[in-house]
Amino acid sequence: MWIFLATEVMFFGGMFLGYSVYRGWYTAAYGEASRHLDIVLGAINTGVLLCSSLTMALAVHAAQLGGRRVVTLFLIATIVLGSVFLGIKGFEYYHKYEEHLIPGPDFHFEGPNAGHAQIFFSFYFVMTGMHALHMIIGIGIMLLMIRLTRRGRFSPEYYFPVEMTGLYWHFVDIVWVFLFPLLYLVDRS
Amino acid sequence: MSEHIVEKKIYYKVFGVLMALLGATVAIAYIHLGKLNVIAALTIAVIKAVLIILYFMHVRYSSRLLWIFVGAGFFWLGILFALAYSDFLTRGWLPLPTGWE
Repeated sequence: MWIFLATEVMFFGGMFLGYSVYRGWYTAAYGEASRHLDIVLGAINTGVLLCSSLTMALAVHAAQLGGRRVVTLFLIATIVLGSVFLGIKGFEYYHKYEEHLIPGPDFHFEGPNAGHAQIFFSFYFVMTGMHALHMIIGIGIMLLMIRLTRRGRFSPEYYFPVEMTGLYWHFVDIVWVFLFPLLYLVDRS
Repeated sequence: MSEHIVEKKIYYKVFGVLMALLGATVAIAYIHLGKLNVIAALTIAVIKAVLIILYFMHVRYSSRLLWIFVGAGFFWLGILFALAYSDFLTRGWLPLPTGWE
C-alpha cells in the first residue's frame, strides 16, 4: 500500500511542481487569481476533511477492536463528511462557472494578467479535480468496506482492507492540506 | 500492518492540534509577511502532514521497513523538485548566446 501511495505522491508531486514553477514566473497573476477563491469555503472544507480523517482513524480503531457496528457508523460518518466536502467543492466550481473563471473560450478576467491567471485556474481545476476524483474513489471503497463489514468478513485478526482504506483516505487528506494553503492562502495579504 | 492499537485519546489530541494549525494558517495568511507567508503556510502544511502520517496512518508505531518505504516516496519527490529547480532557478545565471553563429 505504501508503494502505491509513493506513486500517488509522485502523481500529485508533478502537478505541485508545475504549479510552483509557473507561480515563480507569473507571481502577480497568481496573486490576483488566487484572491478570487473563497477562503471561508476553503477553510471550512479543510476542517470537514480533517474531521473525516478523524472518523476514519476511529473506524480503523474500532476495526482493530472488532466492533462491527461502530466500524460501520464511523465509515458512514466519513462518507457523509467526504460528501459534504464534495458538495462545497461543487458549489465553488459552480460559482467559478458563473464568474467565467473556467479556462477556455468563456474565460473572462479583468486586467493585463488575464492569460497568466488562466494558467492559475487551469492548475486549480486540474489539481482540485484530481483530488475530488480520488475522494469519489475513496467513498466507493468505503461503501465496499461497509458491505464487507456487515457481512462479517473482518475481525481483530483480519482488518487489513479497512486499515488500507484508512491509509488511502488520510493520503487524500494530506494532498488537500497542501492544496489549501497553496491555492487559497499564500497570496492573501 | 501495525499491531499496535493507538488510544482514542491520542486521535482526539492530534485532531485538536490539526484544527488549531488550520486556524493558525488562515490567520497568518491575512498578515502581510512578504515571502515569509509562503514559508509559514508550507511549514504548517508540513507539520499537519507529518502529524497525519505519524498518528492517523500509524507510521510512528510501524516497522523500520515501512519507514524506509514512506521515506522513499518523499525522497523521490525531493529528487523531482531538486532536479527541476536546478534548471528553472539557474536559467538566468549565465548570459545566453543570442543564436547559432
